[in-house]
Amino acid sequence: MTGGSTASGLKMALILAGKRFASSLLTLFLVSLVVFTIAQLLPGDAAEETLGQSATTQQIAALRHEMGLDRPAHERYLSWLGGMIMGDPGQSLVANMPVSEVISSRLPNSLLLAALTALVAVPVALSIGIGSAMNRGGRIDRALNIFTLSMVAVPEFLVATLAVLVFSVKLRWLPSIALASDDMSWGEYLRGAAMPVLTLSIIVIAQMARMTRAAVIDQMDRPYVEMAVLKGVAPIRVVLRHIMPNAIAPIVNAMALSLSYLLGGAVIVETIFNYPGLASLMVNAVTSRDMPLLQACAMIFCAAYLILMLIADVTAILANPRLRAQ
Amino acid sequence: MMASSLRWARSLPLSARIGLAFVIFWLAVALVGPMLAPYPVGAFVDYDVFDGMSSQYWLGSDYLGRDVLSRLLSGARYTVGLAAAAALLASATGTALALTAAVGGAKVDEPLSRFMDTLISIPSKILSLVLVAAFGSSLSLLLLIAAITYVPGNYRIARALAVNLAQMDYVQVARARGEGRIHLALTEILPNMIHPLLADFGLRFVFIVLLLSGLSFLGLGVQPPDADLGSLVRENISGLGEGAPAILMPAIAIASLTVSVNLLIDGLKGKRP
Repeated sequence: MTGGSTASGLKMALILAGKRFASSLLTLFLVSLVVFTIAQLLPGDAAEETLGQSATTQQIAALRHEMGLDRPAHERYLSWLGGMIMGDPGQSLVANMPVSEVISSRLPNSLLLAALTALVAVPVALSIGIGSAMNRGGRIDRALNIFTLSMVAVPEFLVATLAVLVFSVKLRWLPSIALASDDMSWGEYLRGAAMPVLTLSIIVIAQMARMTRAAVIDQMDRPYVEMAVLKGVAPIRVVLRHIMPNAIAPIVNAMALSLSYLLGGAVIVETIFNYPGLASLMVNAVTSRDMPLLQACAMIFCAAYLILMLIADVTAILANPRLRAQ
Repeated sequence: MMASSLRWARSLPLSARIGLAFVIFWLAVALVGPMLAPYPVGAFVDYDVFDGMSSQYWLGSDYLGRDVLSRLLSGARYTVGLAAAAALLASATGTALALTAAVGGAKVDEPLSRFMDTLISIPSKILSLVLVAAFGSSLSLLLLIAAITYVPGNYRIARALAVNLAQMDYVQVARARGEGRIHLALTEILPNMIHPLLADFGLRFVFIVLLLSGLSFLGLGVQPPDADLGSLVRENISGLGEGAPAILMPAIAIASLTVSVNLLIDGLKGKRP
């Protein structure tokens, strides 16, 4: 391949990645429309909700005007969207403070939880997935297949309750409630976060390991691997030197997809361990019907999901020379 | 009939046979379970709360001294019934829309697919939480919410299948013969995608069981006095410290249902050439 064609290939890849990015932005915009529309379906509105049943029609009308609820829907949508973009998604109805403040106290906790989970899950899932693929069809592979297949279908709260039962109740190693506050030391935080991280990791590892195995096995069936095996390269070297460079893109893809699964899992896990993150905040927003807060949380989760999908697709584009050539 | 289905079951791998047995077991429980319950569902029968297993209370007693086995048998009916109905509704809607897109041409296909792509980029738990906040959570609304949440996934798969089939020669011939779009969709395309759709139905069922029990676990799903398996886990959460069967058994029941459906589908997939 000459230098010129590589450069133009890279340019093509960048254009493709840019297009993919634009399409993500468009999707995020459409998602905001869907979320806003659903939130507007609420029978009654926030003004009635806040004042309760004893309020007079005049009081409701006054508050409605104050909250801007008497404006037409598309105007309210535009001002909400504008606010979201500028980082001001409105006023939380229940906490009576700006949504951005409520969220900024919770978001770092959730990001930390996700980062720790990824740190634990990725190496373990990689080893299980690669080990399983190398042993394809063997006893270990079949056992791991059944195990990961089962784990994918196990409800998060079963994993969480079993973890509490084993590590908090029987062994008394870890606290069953995770509290995060500013004046905690790292050691204290890690001890508190251990159970949620453990639970989320178990759930995500199953998903990740299955996809890693599929990605590695897909490469194993290629002629170049057969060639390497036939010329007598040691199996571990075949995997690390020959397969991994080619499987890295599908594996990163798999990691991003499974991490997106973490977003849903966090809803249950944060709630069960009382972890002060964004997901448990969102559950509270549902219970108290705090729509501005709920909409903002939903948009953050959707944006995180779209970013992960974007990473997955862009790695696939950058790593695949055939995709680049197209 | 009986013999041939037995032979079919025997041809499955072991894991799929175990899965099949559990699936049949849970379907039977959902159908007749409540009739076999040793005590009335809401009755306070035990003076002690969070009792262990005994010959009198096979699965112990719950946080109010009610019989766990009786509550589990009735909870299974809610879980299985709601999830099956919602999965059926989601699959039927998704497939109907997919067929419409496949025979309707780009003018129908493009906006519909764009809309479904949008819905699919909202994580299912998040979408269902927003829907619950907007609609509330009565049984029929929960059914509808679970169905709406999983329509896009079914649509995506059914559309891929249907669009491929619509380009096949035999469909083109039928089109040239002057058959109407409804005929094309229902008699030419649909029968040839029914097998993958059945596998997808099983997966939707698993997702919906997990979603609904997750919602109930959060207190946002099935509301008292009704209780599905997820609600049983929630209401007995205070028994966790004692390792009470009241909290473990419903959670294990859900897992055994979803895992067995997964194993069964996996076994069926391996069988097809």
